[in-house]
Amino acid sequence: MADFSNPEVVQEEVDILMIGGGMACCGAAYEVMRWAEAAKAETGVDLKIKLVDKAAMDRSGAVAQGLSAINTYIGDAQDPADYARMVSNDLMGITRDDLAYDCGRHVDDSVHMFEEWGLPIWKTDENGERHDGAQGMTPLKDGGKCVRSGKWQIMINGESYKWIVAEAAKKALGLDRIQERVFIVHLINDKNDPSRIAGAAGFSVRENKIYIYKAKAILLAAGGCVNIFRPRSVGEGTGRAWYPVWNAGSTYSMAAEAGAELTMMENRFVPARFKDGYGPVGAWFLLFKAQATNAFGEAYMAKNKDMLNDYPPYGQAAVPASCLRNHLMLHEMLEGRGPIWMDTVTALANMREKLTPREVKHLEAEAWEDFLDMSVGQCGIWVGENIEPEKKKSELMPTEPYLLGSHSGCCGIWVSGPTDVGAPTKEEYSGVPAHLPSGWSWGYRGMTTVKGLFTAGDGVGASGHKFSSGSHAEGRIAAKSMVKYCLDNKGYKPEFDETPEQIAEVIWKPVRNYLEFKDYTSAIDVNPNYITPKMLQFRLQKIMDEYVAGVATYYKTNNVMLDIAEEKLGFLKEDAQKMRAKDLHELLRAWENYHRILTAEAHMKHIQFREESRYPGFYYRMDKNFVDEENWHCFVNSIYDKKTHTWTCFKRKHIDLVDKSKLFKAAAH
Amino acid sequence: MPTYVRTDKCDGCKGQDKTACMYICPHDLMKLDKDGSETGHAMKAFNQEPEQCWECYSCVKICPQQAIEVRHYADIVPLGGSVQPLRGSDSIMWTIKFRNGTLKRFKFPIRTTPEGSIDPYAGKAMPKMADIEKSGFFTNDYAKGYRAGNPAELIRK
Repeated sequence: MADFSNPEVVQEEVDILMIGGGMACCGAAYEVMRWAEAAKAETGVDLKIKLVDKAAMDRSGAVAQGLSAINTYIGDAQDPADYARMVSNDLMGITRDDLAYDCGRHVDDSVHMFEEWGLPIWKTDENGERHDGAQGMTPLKDGGKCVRSGKWQIMINGESYKWIVAEAAKKALGLDRIQERVFIVHLINDKNDPSRIAGAAGFSVRENKIYIYKAKAILLAAGGCVNIFRPRSVGEGTGRAWYPVWNAGSTYSMAAEAGAELTMMENRFVPARFKDGYGPVGAWFLLFKAQATNAFGEAYMAKNKDMLNDYPPYGQAAVPASCLRNHLMLHEMLEGRGPIWMDTVTALANMREKLTPREVKHLEAEAWEDFLDMSVGQCGIWVGENIEPEKKKSELMPTEPYLLGSHSGCCGIWVSGPTDVGAPTKEEYSGVPAHLPSGWSWGYRGMTTVKGLFTAGDGVGASGHKFSSGSHAEGRIAAKSMVKYCLDNKGYKPEFDETPEQIAEVIWKPVRNYLEFKDYTSAIDVNPNYITPKMLQFRLQKIMDEYVAGVATYYKTNNVMLDIAEEKLGFLKEDAQKMRAKDLHELLRAWENYHRILTAEAHMKHIQFREESRYPGFYYRMDKNFVDEENWHCFVNSIYDKKTHTWTCFKRKHIDLVDKSKLFKAAAH
Repeated sequence: MPTYVRTDKCDGCKGQDKTACMYICPHDLMKLDKDGSETGHAMKAFNQEPEQCWECYSCVKICPQQAIEVRHYADIVPLGGSVQPLRGSDSIMWTIKFRNGTLKRFKFPIRTTPEGSIDPYAGKAMPKMADIEKSGFFTNDYAKGYRAGNPAELIRK
């Protein structure tokens, strides 16, 4: 009989395993079943498919709460090349045009499907008035006009966005192919080929069960990484992260341990948002035309414009990169001219002058819906502090750093791109470990450098700005490739390089630590033989905050601080072997935090390797406080050796596939 | 802003193998205290790790008894306000109460189709395996969302 000290081990063999239940895996689920059906009809091969989610698909991933906009919709008036240019510009020139372009040409298909499934998308009528998405107006796919809140965003009534997208994915898969509340924590390589994936393992957070899956192809799409830096709020407000608090870096760390090449792990995102509640600012800037000012009402973007000249050519773009906008904001805060205000009062007063009373009422509802759809916590702050946006301004503040690849960030895994957009077929820089691919495509779109291991969404590095819709589309792209991969590798039988007993022991170690030592002291949380996941997380956050450019130092670090961080992270990684789990919930936290440590270490190593400050406003290496186009206009990639626990960083050459000079002419926008 | 469960309303989703809030919480926070040993309230759910709550409201929206509410983060927010939804099948109603007593109500659509009505592949042609390596999805012709792009933009091709 299985109990906490003796978990049951469940083993299953599939062809395709999807890890995660967010937008990317929902997209993959939708696409994969159709191609699997075609494969069965045409070739007789019946692929076994499974999706494993640590939560419930209806509300898992970054879109769990809902969204008030779809941030990537190309429309018929813009070109995927324009999109690839914007992505590059916002990420300081170092992105893979092939990946962004490919996402750009596919993404609208997913948006059109969302609308068919029931997602209400705002529309503009022939008089230019906007309407919510439940008015029965012409769908986008038949020429309906969306409401833009920016060049690439469209407004939605998105409280149930994830619920709707998950319903389509679940219907496509059928419930037998879905395993919820199982947290995959460990990937397993093939015994005969260490560069191939053979399976994945994890545990149920509901029952004393370990799950071990053999699989030919795996889609690892378990989100980005939150809470590796000390958050600005450390009490109950710890949970009010901007990105979902359950994104624990599982994607990056598991891929790294399996041998996959990571890319741009030095990149981070520091969103400037409404203070404390982290409500979205996009609609306020772009739809309601609000201005951000310093304490004394000065528009710092205009006032500090000349500071952009320090970063050519990026500072000369028509729309400066997100990090550079932060750079100008931080200057005001450091000079003592904070706080930063979002002037909602003036913006709404200006709008009211032009609108009818009915439209004003609608406008007020729109402003509140912007928060209620995706960041209810911001409303909590407004009601607690009696902030009615038409009467009282709100503070803005840059948050603690986040690691992600789907929003305005580009860290992640190096993946195989499309072959029809002119991407390089060989690597021009030396120093890339010999076993890694040379060009930007190695056979299967979306595959990492580990055979059979695919990723999408936050997992795909060096792109970014795909957001919810693009992540869904990337999952679909990877799904097709996985079907092809399985058919091409029909005869392959995965064999593990670890035994099921070894895997089970690794997974259950925090429980063993607890059971072995719990009676040594009279206080359950204070024990020299183990560390609670919570304290381990505090230690991680302290190190990252104080040495790796967190909010404590206003995002500043240097080579000496990084060396100290490296040593401290080394101790922490060793101590992670002593984490305890007193129940299944704490085992979940223990493994999440193990994933966070490896992700944090990758971030630190990449910043250390890149001897410049590529993202002023997101982080500064004060010993190299400049953007060095000559030496560092390149990708920084890395691999992790799980046996020696060490990282190897190296450069890959950056090449433009679309003309970026257009960005820097005023006429281009 | 952690969620809390009202003891006068929660019935522990009696008769089901798990509570709705446990089923839905993306961060595994909600827990049913079957015998009251953890909270003093048998057969009531509770938030076992309030400082990890993302305030996503998933549990608040799904609770069949409307037993779950939110007390905004005590380390940030003055007391007295509340933001409470009532989620239906096609719309959501929000009641917003300020600390100073001001009340606002908003109703927004959430879905244009009946819940559970999605027929994912209806009306879409079966793809052909010969196309699996081509760009585009199996819904290409149907969804009309594929943007082929101007080939002249690809400067290395």
